[in-house]
Amino acid sequence: MKTVELKTPLDEKQVSELESGDKVFLSGEIYTARDAAHKRLVALVEEGKELPFDLRGAVIYYVGPAPSRPGQVMNSAGPTTSYRMDVFTPLLLEHGLKGSIGKGPRSMKVRDSMVKNKGVYFAAVGGAAAGIASSVKEAEVIAYEDLGPEAVRRLVVERMPLFVVNDTKGNDLFEAGVAEYRREG
Amino acid sequence: MRELDVARITEAVKDLSIRTNIYLPDDVKKALRESLEREESPMGKEILQVILDNHDIAEKEKMPICQDTGVAIVFMEVGQEVHLVGGALEDAVNEGVRQGYKEGYLRKSMVADPVIERKNTTDNTPAVIYTRIVPGDKIKIVFAPKGGGAENMSEVRMMTAADGIDGVKDFVVDRVSRSGGNPCPPIVVGVGLGGSFERCAMLAKEALMRTIGEPNPDPVYDEVEKDLLKRINNLGIGPQGLGGRTTALAVHIKMVPCHIASMPVAVNIQCHVSRHGETII
Repeated sequence: MKTVELKTPLDEKQVSELESGDKVFLSGEIYTARDAAHKRLVALVEEGKELPFDLRGAVIYYVGPAPSRPGQVMNSAGPTTSYRMDVFTPLLLEHGLKGSIGKGPRSMKVRDSMVKNKGVYFAAVGGAAAGIASSVKEAEVIAYEDLGPEAVRRLVVERMPLFVVNDTKGNDLFEAGVAEYRREG
Repeated sequence: MRELDVARITEAVKDLSIRTNIYLPDDVKKALRESLEREESPMGKEILQVILDNHDIAEKEKMPICQDTGVAIVFMEVGQEVHLVGGALEDAVNEGVRQGYKEGYLRKSMVADPVIERKNTTDNTPAVIYTRIVPGDKIKIVFAPKGGGAENMSEVRMMTAADGIDGVKDFVVDRVSRSGGNPCPPIVVGVGLGGSFERCAMLAKEALMRTIGEPNPDPVYDEVEKDLLKRINNLGIGPQGLGGRTTALAVHIKMVPCHIASMPVAVNIQCHVSRHGETII
């Protein structure tokens, strides 16, 4: 386990060096999308149409932030549960997505796809949303404004604290962590 | 008869919606602090510290603790001596939610059609409202914003008498085990026993409102709670599911009588942002 300063967009080399359990400070542009936005993004990919952002090297953050106050860059913005995006993620990984940020474990299909397509999954601390907001330096809605909190936003983050859960070698921090602390009885 | 304008209810619900989303009850904060002292996993400790720091940031900046400011669950006990004037009670509650979520810059998380259209109602209404008529001339309002992630890990099971208390315990532990890191552990586990299909689910939610550290009034079920808490924390799920000793802060059981053929059991999972507050008018 190591601490890594990481900047987006991510390339295959950067991603392959990450290991499950690493602590990461992520900086650069990332994009927000959750259930409703994923449905639309995947439809665009399937139709061969252009997406609202370049998927190649991209990191998607599963979040629906609280609305910002006047003058506030970002209100509370912690991760949502990732498994709901599992059905959409392999296709996005095949089209260049390199990382996703959420909470909770991923399906075996997503994990296999991350090994095959060289992608990683990061965990942010769910419920620690006011703290996470302070690492967001810019935010703008770039698509699907009608979805409200579920709109796609471009964020610029600075040293956003994350843990690497799934790396490109098939390791899973949830499995490893629970196995280490599980007791009989 | 005491006459009461429903505008008072709107005002109370508005205040509660903002307050409960920024300030966590002291018992929950205390339980989290204590869990940090017990936690063995270094990553688990780090996560618990981040969670505790987040409470301070939320209070200082007047920001919601979690961006998921929840479906507005409202329990009301309305005294039968109260005569409400000025409009419909449920409209007044929803107006309070509407105003609180707007003025508090809280997330609007409700979709009108749950399955097909899923269009956001844009004001976090409707609230989920439960009203009981009780003796007296007061109105008690309990407001609990409930996040979706933990709610999704909840379950009702119609068990049989033959399953017994061991069957109930296995079901509760299994439900938590299958939830893993999804519901944002450390969690609070609400268990409803008896009643009917829908009543036991209600009981499980009501059980979440109990103060952590307050024992179950029934010593037999108090022991069951302690045993369940131990078994759940032995699962090793830990803070955020990344491994550790702190999977649950508490298990709360609430029970009522039931039919001779039935043994309904409900498990309602609550994330570590266990928000609830109350006002008496």
